[in-house]
Amino acid sequence: MRIALFITCVNDLAFPATGIAVTRILRRLGHTVDFPADQTCCGQMHANTGYRAEAMPMVRNYVDVFDSYDAVVVPSGSCTAMIRDQYPRLHPPATSVAARTYELSELLVDVLGVTDVGAEFPETVTYHPTCHGLRMLRLGDRPLTLLRQVRGIQLVELGDAEECCGFGGTFALKNPDVSTAMLTDKCARVRDTGARVLAAADNSCLAHIGGGLDRHRSGVRAMHYADILAGASS
Amino acid sequence: MSHPVAPATGDGRIRTPLPFPTAARAAVADPQLRANLHRATRTIRAKRARVVDEVPDWEALRDAGSAIKADVQRRLPELLEQFEASATAAGATVHWARDAAEACQIVVALTRAAGADEVVKVKSMATQEIELNEALEAAGIAAYETDLAELIVQFGEDTPSHILVPAIHYNRAQIREIFQRRMSDAPADLTDEPAALAEAARAHLRRRFLSARVAVSGANFAVADTGTLVVVESEGNGRMCLTLPETLISVVGVEKLLPTFTDLEVFLQLLPRSSTGERMNPYTSMWTGVTPGDGPQTVHIVLVDNGRSAVLADPVGRPALSCIRCSACLNACPVYERAGGHAYGSVYPGPIGAILSPQLTGVADNASLPYASTLCGACYDVCPVKINIPEILVHLRQQAPHPPAERATMRLLSWVMRNPRRWAAALRLGRVGAGPLGAYRERRTGARTLRRLPWPASAWTRSRDLPLPAPQTFREWWGKQ
Ligand code: SF4
Repeated sequence: MRIALFITCVNDLAFPATGIAVTRILRRLGHTVDFPADQTCCGQMHANTGYRAEAMPMVRNYVDVFDSYDAVVVPSGSCTAMIRDQYPRLHPPATSVAARTYELSELLVDVLGVTDVGAEFPETVTYHPTCHGLRMLRLGDRPLTLLRQVRGIQLVELGDAEECCGFGGTFALKNPDVSTAMLTDKCARVRDTGARVLAAADNSCLAHIGGGLDRHRSGVRAMHYADILAGASS
Repeated sequence: MSHPVAPATGDGRIRTPLPFPTAARAAVADPQLRANLHRATRTIRAKRARVVDEVPDWEALRDAGSAIKADVQRRLPELLEQFEASATAAGATVHWARDAAEACQIVVALTRAAGADEVVKVKSMATQEIELNEALEAAGIAAYETDLAELIVQFGEDTPSHILVPAIHYNRAQIREIFQRRMSDAPADLTDEPAALAEAARAHLRRRFLSARVAVSGANFAVADTGTLVVVESEGNGRMCLTLPETLISVVGVEKLLPTFTDLEVFLQLLPRSSTGERMNPYTSMWTGVTPGDGPQTVHIVLVDNGRSAVLADPVGRPALSCIRCSACLNACPVYERAGGHAYGSVYPGPIGAILSPQLTGVADNASLPYASTLCGACYDVCPVKINIPEILVHLRQQAPHPPAERATMRLLSWVMRNPRRWAAALRLGRVGAGPLGAYRERRTGARTLRRLPWPASAWTRSRDLPLPAPQTFREWWGKQ
């Protein structure tokens, strides 16, 4: 199977470790993964802020770059949701590749049939299901299924887990007061758990929640769950 | 030669006087309001989830509700004519109002013709939308709200902040204070026990029911094949208004139609569970024209457009007209929970307000509302008629006027991101540019984040640190392998 890696703009620039983690996990499982260099960004920020025309070149570029692969893996719930949910409506030729585009846990659990990726991570971890993964992709507990198999991990439940963290892309900038109020509540729930690590499937939400946790000097580390799965047990 | 004219937009209380972020700021800063909203939305949210879980065919009911409403929207003109014919045959008089002003004029004229200088009112969103109480008052006619929460809001000289629980932003101590200040016949020893407050309101309203000669209502549903109007409520005060006065005037948005009487079966299951979290609402009143010797002997129905034809004309935005005003999306919305209903400016707050108000007025007049959402999708999940609110929000954002600086930035970013070479260069530039900053921060705190940035990035750094670009981008790492 030809698997391609789509590294979203936020991951490429600010969180390259997540892309490296996905590469390591798939290689450890015996798969080769391609990173087509002509990829850019999924266009979600433009499309969701009301700039559809400006998003379209990115949509078309995605189809050009990835259409020939059997599967595209994306370590981001919201970018996967953009591609799977919005692309077919925005650009019908994208329908086929959109259906073959998977969030990491979907690829591992549904396509490759793996739940134990051979990871070790001796920490207390709490998991926040981000909105697009939860309600647009219906990831369900796929990421948690993967995390449960990690050696040494102690998973603790997050209160009001399904409530939005207040990021919402440009919402955080356009509605700073409401966004901050939501962030404050989310950070409080995270701290209530006593966990040392907050995991999620989206580095953009994590940049927001993690930024809030850092601001409150909570000592809790925000991490993509792929970063946890990449830690190999020797 | 006549030109095709775009359907007229609506007016009334459906416009934000202030942009949403500005209006929300006050609510976010009010701890009492935040606490009231937090408690109320959480309670009703949990109740709704419980009773919805009991229904094994809930998803099928939602699909049925959504399909019936889509059918209504496809053949609205035909169904409206059918409704008019059935209602007229049953003894009602049907009036048509293009906008809020026309609807108010009709109701004022009918009330005057009945020789009344006061009306009792059944809780109704349509009359709030057209600002009927204000129009009646200007014409020297007193309008008395009879729904408990509407009464509180009316006494408080406030506007509702929730579709179903208009006084959701008050706690019981505040309500007691309002009653003592404004209700002339309030008991001197009134406590803030909910039962005592309800009893005081009941005694106060009784005299109004018995003296009023005209009642004004809305309708939850209008059935085309029989000409029947339906009002669903919890307190029974509406039923008093619908049965005691001689004249009944119902103000009904044209989207309230259902094709057949049997369609009610679906909605009478969907509505109470979604709105109050009850298996069944205590009072469902239905009336078809006039019944000699029983109930109001003069029945008028005012069918209001007020921008609905414009919504109907947009195939993507149209499903907003399926809304049955259950308020489940408000209770599910984390933005509503923090901002409260008044921030939305319109009588329709929350997620439904964010898609309905801008469509009724034209997006330019409510440009901040489509952005009053994180697109988290909680509203779509709970909506009993499956309105894809996030999709419509994004659709309306395309039509919103964009600030010039934002537009320029987005265009530039798009120009960079559409081209792999330009994008790779920009990533390198971002990483290199942030390099020294990173070294600086790391020396000071050990974390590669920024704490304070100038405007406009300050909108971010006011409440959270900003992660810096990593020392090496992913594509640089890949290239080195
Ligand atoms: S949009 Fe849906 S959930 Fe919201 S009030 Fe209308 S029917 Fe209820």
